[in-house]
Amino acid sequence: MTLIMGIFEEGLIYAIMALGVYITYKILDFPDLSVDSTFPMGAALTASAILSGVHPAAALFLSFGAGALAGCVTGFIHVKLKVRDLLSGIIVMTGLYSLNLRIAGGRANVPIFTQETIFENKFLAEHIPHSLSPYAMVLILLVITIMCKVLLDLYLSTKSGYLLRAVGDNEALVTSLAKDKGMVKIVGLAIANGFTAMAGSIYCQHKGFFEISVGTGTMVIGLASVIIGIQLLTPESGSSMFSHLHKKELRPTTAVIIGSIVYKACISAAISMGMEANDLKLITSILFLIILIVSTERRRSVKGHA
Amino acid sequence: MLKLNHISKYYNTGTINEMCLFQDFNLSVEEGQFVSVVGSNGSGKTSMLNIICGSIPIDSGSIYIGEENITYMPEFKRQRRIGRVYQNPAMGTCPHMTILENMALADNKGKAFNLLPGTNKKRIDLYRDRLKSLGLGLEDKLSVKVGALSGGQRQAMALLMSTMTPIEFLILDEHTAALDPKTAEIIMELTGKVVKEKKLTTIMVTHNLRYAVEYGDRLLMMHQGRAIMDEAGEQKAALCIEDLLEQFNAISIECGN
Repeated sequence: MTLIMGIFEEGLIYAIMALGVYITYKILDFPDLSVDSTFPMGAALTASAILSGVHPAAALFLSFGAGALAGCVTGFIHVKLKVRDLLSGIIVMTGLYSLNLRIAGGRANVPIFTQETIFENKFLAEHIPHSLSPYAMVLILLVITIMCKVLLDLYLSTKSGYLLRAVGDNEALVTSLAKDKGMVKIVGLAIANGFTAMAGSIYCQHKGFFEISVGTGTMVIGLASVIIGIQLLTPESGSSMFSHLHKKELRPTTAVIIGSIVYKACISAAISMGMEANDLKLITSILFLIILIVSTERRRSVKGHA
Repeated sequence: MLKLNHISKYYNTGTINEMCLFQDFNLSVEEGQFVSVVGSNGSGKTSMLNIICGSIPIDSGSIYIGEENITYMPEFKRQRRIGRVYQNPAMGTCPHMTILENMALADNKGKAFNLLPGTNKKRIDLYRDRLKSLGLGLEDKLSVKVGALSGGQRQAMALLMSTMTPIEFLILDEHTAALDPKTAEIIMELTGKVVKEKKLTTIMVTHNLRYAVEYGDRLLMMHQGRAIMDEAGEQKAALCIEDLLEQFNAISIECGN
């Protein structure tokens, strides 16, 4: 039972980050490596903020803002300074590592076990009935994740959101619409890294500490979740002539959240089969490779039928 | 009125492959004129369009729309007054978005892309009417993704979308070249209709000599970065395909082909 709860908790936390990766990888077609450092940035900021008396919920918004700023930097380096997408992400990722240590007060590990968080505070202790308390964390995470998903869905259906989708789909069209495609990309990167840093903030409050290495592999986890959710779980998403027939197809944002939980389940299945916790990153990358291979195989067979 | 003054454009400057495309190229297009442009490959037709739209920089010279100097205006800002249809039907639409979403995007050109709903429900009937005028049955497929449409259908949409909002110039870059003859005919008829209805100043590059003769009130033949033939008004109306072919043969012999 605790194992399943753990899968859902971690899956939901990483789902918020995966929503961000969905924006960059799927919508913008931009392999953004800066998430590897904006995730721990959210965690570092939250640890420091909570220790200095900031409200835990405010720390979420603070992290989102800081992440968005970092995303703007990546976007600026790519768009204005004309550095290749992958390299701009790497530059920001590497630079933020030091910045994150500074945010955390020069320490690689900051515990906040004794502090109030969004999961453990007076308000919850008073208002959540005792019978529900084992599920409290999952419920809180579910509410936050669904709120993020709904907000993102709403944004993507606005004029600004349309433009964001258009820029990944066909840059030339955005120029034809008399809009600066570079600015649209920067906005997309800002939102994506905002989500990532917020996920880092929640991660920190969930685990009760900040640790500098929590970000390693964030990109891989996010990508894996997006690919599981969108390419493997949704029935042939995309340009089907008959897409109006099955109107109730899964929204990509929902698919990403499910993908994230499935991915975490795979990881913990691998660990419970006797792999050591030290092998975690190895499992992460091998699993990602398998997912990539399966999804390209699947796409090929779909194309073959069409 | 669109004016290109003393344009010079070199490719691969400073390398062994340096090539001069335009040297002191001049062109002025009157308001409301429909210019057909023909010419061999590499004669500078598409480069001329790219220079007008700001897709490629020029080495010297200036570009004016009316009294306004737009030489250094970035491409996306120029596009506010320009509609452009490319040779590749995929360039004018978003394949992963639905027909309705594409129409809504095009309808919002020149306005703010803010946090209001992307599709204004009150405009859907209008989009339907516009799509109906294409006669391709697209009005019943509003929720179909554009990527699922054929090249001709996409090109028809691209034409519709680029002329949806008030623009001054329509730039057509071999926009029927990738289509089968019948579809090309439909698209060309649509083009003539739209240009007439909206009184657009139009520059159309084409390899189809018949279209060049039939459409437009001015004809340019380009060769090695120069306009070797420039007829307007009655002289243009009197031109026939044979005249153009003859001229084409003349320049080919010159090149040794």
